[in-house]
Amino acid sequence: MDTVRFILDGKLVEIDDVEPTRSVLQYLREDLRRTGSKEGCAEGDCGACTVVIAELTGDGIRYRAVNACIQFLPTLDGKALFTVESLKAADGSLHPVQQSMVDYHGSQCGFCTPGFIMSMYALYKNNSAPGRGDIDDALSGNLCRCTGYRPIIEACLHMVDYPAPQDNDQDLRKQLLGLRRAAGQSLELERGRYYAPTSVDELASLCQQHPSAQILAGGTDVGLWVTKQLRELPVIIYLGNVSELGQIKSSRDNIEIGAAVTLSDAGDAICAQYPEFSEMFRRFASVPVRNAGTLVGNIANGSPIGDSMPVLIAIKTWVRLRHGDDVREMALEDLYLDYMKNVMQAGEFIEAIEIPARDEHLELRCYKLSKRFDQDISAVCAAFALRLDGDTVNEIRIALGGMAAIPKRALLTEKLLTGGKWDESSVTAAMGKLAEDFTPLSDMRASADYRGRATANLLYRFYLETRSQQPLDSEAVNVFAVPG
Amino acid sequence: MEDRVKQQARESAAGTSVPHESAVLHVAGEATYVDDIPELVGTCHIALGLSTQAHARIISIDLDAVRAAPGVVGVIVAADIPGHNDCGPIIHDDPILADDLVQFVGQPVFAAVATSFTAARKAVGLARIEYESLPAVLDVATGKSQQSWVLPPMQLRRGDAEQALKSAARKMQGHFSVGGQEQFYLEGQISYVAPKEDGCFHLWCSTQHPTEMQQVVAHALDIDFNQVLVEMRRMGGGFGGKESQSAIFACITAVAAYRLRCPVKLRLDRDDDMLITGKRHGFEFEYEVGYDDTGLIQGAKIEMAAQAGFSADLTGPVVTRAVCHFDNAYYLGDVAIDAYSVKTNTQSNTAFRGFGGPQGAIAIEYIIDNIARELGKDPQEVRKVNFYGQDERNTTPYGQTVRDNVIHELVAELESSSDYYARRQAAAVFNQTSPVLRKGVAITPVKFGISFNVVHFNQAGALVHIYTDGTVLVNHGGTEMGQGLHTKVSQVVALELGIDIERVRATANDTSKVANTSATAASTGSDLNGKAAQDAARHIRNRLATLVAEQHGVNVADVEFADNMVNWGSGKIPFRELVVQAYESRVQLWSDGFYKTPGLNWDRDAMQGSPFYYFAYGAAVSEVVVDTLTGEWKLLQADILHDAGNSINPAIDIGQIEGAYIQGMGWLTSEELCWNEQGRLTTHAPSTYKIPTITDCPQKFTTRLYRNQNVEDTILRSKAVGEPPLLLPFSVFFAIRDAIASLSDNRINPPLRAPATPEAILDAIDAIRAEAK
Repeated sequence: MDTVRFILDGKLVEIDDVEPTRSVLQYLREDLRRTGSKEGCAEGDCGACTVVIAELTGDGIRYRAVNACIQFLPTLDGKALFTVESLKAADGSLHPVQQSMVDYHGSQCGFCTPGFIMSMYALYKNNSAPGRGDIDDALSGNLCRCTGYRPIIEACLHMVDYPAPQDNDQDLRKQLLGLRRAAGQSLELERGRYYAPTSVDELASLCQQHPSAQILAGGTDVGLWVTKQLRELPVIIYLGNVSELGQIKSSRDNIEIGAAVTLSDAGDAICAQYPEFSEMFRRFASVPVRNAGTLVGNIANGSPIGDSMPVLIAIKTWVRLRHGDDVREMALEDLYLDYMKNVMQAGEFIEAIEIPARDEHLELRCYKLSKRFDQDISAVCAAFALRLDGDTVNEIRIALGGMAAIPKRALLTEKLLTGGKWDESSVTAAMGKLAEDFTPLSDMRASADYRGRATANLLYRFYLETRSQQPLDSEAVNVFAVPG
Repeated sequence: MEDRVKQQARESAAGTSVPHESAVLHVAGEATYVDDIPELVGTCHIALGLSTQAHARIISIDLDAVRAAPGVVGVIVAADIPGHNDCGPIIHDDPILADDLVQFVGQPVFAAVATSFTAARKAVGLARIEYESLPAVLDVATGKSQQSWVLPPMQLRRGDAEQALKSAARKMQGHFSVGGQEQFYLEGQISYVAPKEDGCFHLWCSTQHPTEMQQVVAHALDIDFNQVLVEMRRMGGGFGGKESQSAIFACITAVAAYRLRCPVKLRLDRDDDMLITGKRHGFEFEYEVGYDDTGLIQGAKIEMAAQAGFSADLTGPVVTRAVCHFDNAYYLGDVAIDAYSVKTNTQSNTAFRGFGGPQGAIAIEYIIDNIARELGKDPQEVRKVNFYGQDERNTTPYGQTVRDNVIHELVAELESSSDYYARRQAAAVFNQTSPVLRKGVAITPVKFGISFNVVHFNQAGALVHIYTDGTVLVNHGGTEMGQGLHTKVSQVVALELGIDIERVRATANDTSKVANTSATAASTGSDLNGKAAQDAARHIRNRLATLVAEQHGVNVADVEFADNMVNWGSGKIPFRELVVQAYESRVQLWSDGFYKTPGLNWDRDAMQGSPFYYFAYGAAVSEVVVDTLTGEWKLLQADILHDAGNSINPAIDIGQIEGAYIQGMGWLTSEELCWNEQGRLTTHAPSTYKIPTITDCPQKFTTRLYRNQNVEDTILRSKAVGEPPLLLPFSVFFAIRDAIASLSDNRINPPLRAPATPEAILDAIDAIRAEAK
């Protein structure tokens, strides 16, 4: 038996008897009757439950907004939790983010407001002068149905105008250091259903002992199995405390991203070398989801509409699987067999992925089509990687999400283009060929017909951007790049 | 002199942007919503078992496993309802729980009551229900062809539209469809019921209509109205979705509390909420219109078919309002409107901000947009040709004279402030050279009728208490859903008593304080309840003034209330001290107040009369850029000028206007409701149903209030502002259409449906490309 320990409002909280899948939101609202955080959707899509979690970094503390509704309570172990009730000063005065929201009329019905306040609090902690782009990004996971957002944006632009409250980071850091679990001090909850190992070896052996266990990283998908599908998870193995898996290692040849690296951190590392993917990572779910969810989780989950796989496949990403002491590697596209089925055996897990370092001769684009810019699931996510030799196609890789039961390459189209001229006529022919590569479905996101037409047109957009004669800027082909 | 001083005081207080009365509570997480109320000991929780069939007979229901599930304390089925199994607001066709027939996927069949919400939800899945499928009608076209109605068709006729069409120089006919819209209040539906002594019940319910909840619960339990108390402090958004449709949840919860004799709460999971409750009605239009070479409309024939869903709910008044807003800001000559309330085996559609008005008005805007392209004109030119006149051409198709028309001046001001013509020109230049992207600019007007179409709903009551420390408590018949009603009413009372707003506290709507209230709906909240509260405060002020007059030998009319002081001729006294004197002199320091809107009449059968007290006006210019390869688009700029009369609170009014603009933009673009072939709603969560997010708010977004005073004697000469601005984002839709039409040099009318999703936009693009070939 063990105890989950975390900091709330500067005080140590210790909980002995934790239902492993109890959400942080249930704990706050039902156990503590701390009802400021709201439930709007219980799936991480509305942000009314947003809280901030603080964690130790190398020499400081990192504050990040997450969705309390799909965050399991034991994952707070070793961290500090801030809720909307945490922000007022001891004398009762409002925090600058709160006062600014009042002064700029940022609340109407008020139900989404606590979540907005917490996303703003994280932004306040991380950015001393946020501009509109930073604000949009930080609040992309918070839905407001009343205001139309304009006054909330005003409040964000002005929250830095107020006197800053006292910074307690040094005290908090001391407290968090006190909660740190050394190697070997794994968390194992009494009900025998939740393990949080601290090393990869330990993790590998736990996975072998419990081959049917559910591996948990950010919980942004697993959380919904509990809140929406009401699934029972007999055994959970949490990756978050395995420090090796939380690392990003960049070498001359590749970027290695561990299984516990969040989408936020992974996105930053990838976009540093592959800036063409910045918009896609910006549009990948929302900040709270990216702060909790992991890139490897997205890959392991293997949804055909997962946004990271097309780009990673296009740039030849490898996955490293671990099973006990055995390690094997494979190209990412070979991981997937069929809808939500992959080659992994029971007890096997993805330890890390390896992304090749940027090759300067590569032309890359990623396009995401959805009904909404922020936080939507793709109707189509298309990644293109092209290597030209003069105006001849030396190599092209086209990977698509939303077009098949798995994230999939357009092999016939690639074959048709490879070795040919990169010109209008061969691209037009290739646009027709795409229909042979894919038989997409119709669903609430788009019809099969639209998916087919739009995918072909995206290939054409890629051509317009990369043709040798008068290539177009993204501002000429992408509405979201148009200023205004 | 007195009038002038009063007028000045009014103007200043009526223009103050005090923050929302709960703003500090909102940002601190201290504002209490129904689910935040500390639970009584022994509270049980409900989860609902829903129909999996669109239309079917229930052969058998086996709930043994549900009853035996951990934590379950009871189950409730239709037979457990002691009174009427109905919660319909007008027509009695809304079962609380399905009895032997289910009529849509998602209809509640039974309730599991358990010691926790999770236990109840898990138990629900153990039910075994056998169905015998019946033929289902899943879309409007099918329903219309089968004459499947929830209500008889409606007709409005003015003049001889047939003849007008025949004699018109030009004619056009076509089809247009606009989708429905989920309210997506952030706080889902919730009811909490506590049994009280002597067969009474206390209901906390997130509802826009506490009185109706009181009544439907009493009917369901077969008890008297005076045994049910409904309390509503605030909603986390309503938008019409909690006008009638909170009833089913209030009733189920009350029946469970009645049967199990314990406090019971029903808080819906978001997916269940979206699967069960009705939405904005989608409409299909068939139109024929006759016009001349200037674009002047001489006659119009239109068939509107609204998707009512399985029951009537509020469809009758919604369709009536659609009919009464088909004219929008235009004089249409001879008119024939046929409106159908189509019964489908889907959720029963209901109120949503605008209440049919937006659907009716967008149809005429679509027609005018078409006429302009046929004539090769700027749509704005055709709009202006057709605007209602001041002294002639000023009667609506339903017979009401438009007496407060400011659309000409308002639109002229916006054309100028937004630089409309220069931006149209710039977009045209851009489009000439842009290979992939196209820009579009559009301006659209709004005229929106204010009042309930049912005359007797236009009444309100209030109760004002002054305590002996000089503080004031206000209670009235309206509900707070974020729109700032309590703030405005408090401002009105503070102004009437000449005291600071900090001394006035608005309290929860409570059926035991103000009885027989109307729904907070139809944008009438401040108009009705502001007047009622003013009336109550005025009674007390008059009593206080009379006391001063008697004590000091002055005229009552010379006693002034301002700046927390009461002044007369040579003397003055702090308000607070006067209140103490009044108490000691046995002067009544509380009062009721009442208001009814004057001058309304409506003949429902002939669809003629003057159903509206006045009209609110507005206009917006939107500029978009559209990707002709994918149908993606982005809003580049929005400029709004809106008429809120003499605004009581400009910040709150601008908040309503901007919020409505973005919400209406969602309706017309990203918010798409989809049902599968079995009739199951597949967009039942925010993961699949996409309301606007922060990036959708344009970088350039200018909203101004049009300088105006209501010509009618409304509260402080303000105008209602809740619904009218929902029509402003028509300009987004028509800007997208403008951008698409540029592919044909504006010659072809793009067949763009609403919502204009990227797919709908690409379909329209491909259609006009094919036609242009």
